[in-house]
Amino acid sequence: MAAEPDAGRQKELVRLVRQDCGSCHGMTLQGGLGPALLPASLHDKPAESLVATIYYGRPGTPMPPWQQFMSEAEAGWIVQKLMSGFPQ
Amino acid sequence: MRLVLGFLFALLLTACAGPQVRGTGDLGLVIERASGHVTLVDTTSRQPYARIGGLGDLSHASAVYSRDGRYAFVFGRDGGLTKIDMLEARIVKRVIQSGNAIGGSISQDGKIVVVQNYTPGGIKAFDAATLELLSEVPAEYAPGKFSKVVGLADTAGNRFAYALFEGGEIRVTDFSNPKQPTTQRFPAGSQPYDGLVTPDGRYFLAGLFGEDGIAMLDLWQPEKGARKILEKYGRGEEKLPVFKMPHLRGWSVAQGKAYLPAIGRHEVLVVDVATWKEVGRIPVRGQPVFVMARPDGRQVWVNFAFPDNGKMDVIDTLAGKVVHAFEPGKGILHMEFTPRGENVWLSARDDNKVLIYDTATFIRVGEIAADNPSGIFFTTRAARIGF
Repeated sequence: MAAEPDAGRQKELVRLVRQDCGSCHGMTLQGGLGPALLPASLHDKPAESLVATIYYGRPGTPMPPWQQFMSEAEAGWIVQKLMSGFPQ
Repeated sequence: MRLVLGFLFALLLTACAGPQVRGTGDLGLVIERASGHVTLVDTTSRQPYARIGGLGDLSHASAVYSRDGRYAFVFGRDGGLTKIDMLEARIVKRVIQSGNAIGGSISQDGKIVVVQNYTPGGIKAFDAATLELLSEVPAEYAPGKFSKVVGLADTAGNRFAYALFEGGEIRVTDFSNPKQPTTQRFPAGSQPYDGLVTPDGRYFLAGLFGEDGIAMLDLWQPEKGARKILEKYGRGEEKLPVFKMPHLRGWSVAQGKAYLPAIGRHEVLVVDVATWKEVGRIPVRGQPVFVMARPDGRQVWVNFAFPDNGKMDVIDTLAGKVVHAFEPGKGILHMEFTPRGENVWLSARDDNKVLIYDTATFIRVGEIAADNPSGIFFTTRAARIGF
């Protein structure tokens, strides 16, 4: 994974994931209209494909691309955090 | 400070309690999504009067009211169903009824509360007095396959209409015999994401995500089946990515026209409710989430999906265009009009405030503090079909 975003940016990304990704995946990331994003539900999925899902979206599903709001490296940081237990 | 004063006021009320005689018509509650609290509010004084905690995960929570406006039923994301006494400002009863819920409704006679669930997909009916489970209807759309339930709405005769996201169908479940419900199924289209019932209770509409269009069922003549309206409203145009699903509940009908959020477009669709044909589109500054009419129908207020969720546009239905556009705060998630519409309350999640505006002058007339506020629900919903 690329270099970590700085502390301020990390805070913004955490809030984005909990509040805005949370509108489909649940604020506690236990799933909603979109699937759960907890470590247990992601562990068997390759990190690269999860990063691509965030960055490019998944056509045919409601998952939109988030590339106008973050870099690919930041998407990678989010995936890393999701897989190991996302910060509050 | 105001919050503190509000609490002191509530304390005073309870202190000199005895039977404090009061109606509930100007009361309501604000969901504080992150902390599992609701703040109870008075729309006459524009102040909170109590705050109740312990309601679990309230992201995407909603509420309905008993027909006397005394009790609120709050549906939490974690499957919690909580009954709140609005006058005594306390939890009467709370049950965890599923793993992942998305809302609920109350029956025409006020006796049954029905919850719609994502996991396990289906609906469950509870006795409104005791919150005892009466029956459940799994959303099994193919052998062993269960769907998330969306758009649950109460309709006449203790029937409830809803849609199945994966199943692509509209269902109507009749709870006239609450322990032995019967269900009718209607093919609807690809990925219904939310639904609504018209204010007269006649039509159930399900917005489709997987295709351009809305599925509609005439509940007076369900045997005719669901049909599609507004088909291909975006034909040939590239749909924008959708960063938040629009909500259809709390929809708008004014002057014989319905105002609906277009999915993946910066537009509000205008539909003639006599013919169900599109009669116009109003450009707005983002992807609409809630498109809600002031109770008199003269104005329609629109909030937006991320990243435009700090904006609000107000459509004048006579002029047929946006007449006021402003940025009231950060993360505007929901709005609720006072019973006759002179004020609108907006939740500004990222400002930790609920903002109160005069709808005639667009001047801010008050605000109250709330922790990450989302849904705002006033007791006037008790008397409305589909709320």
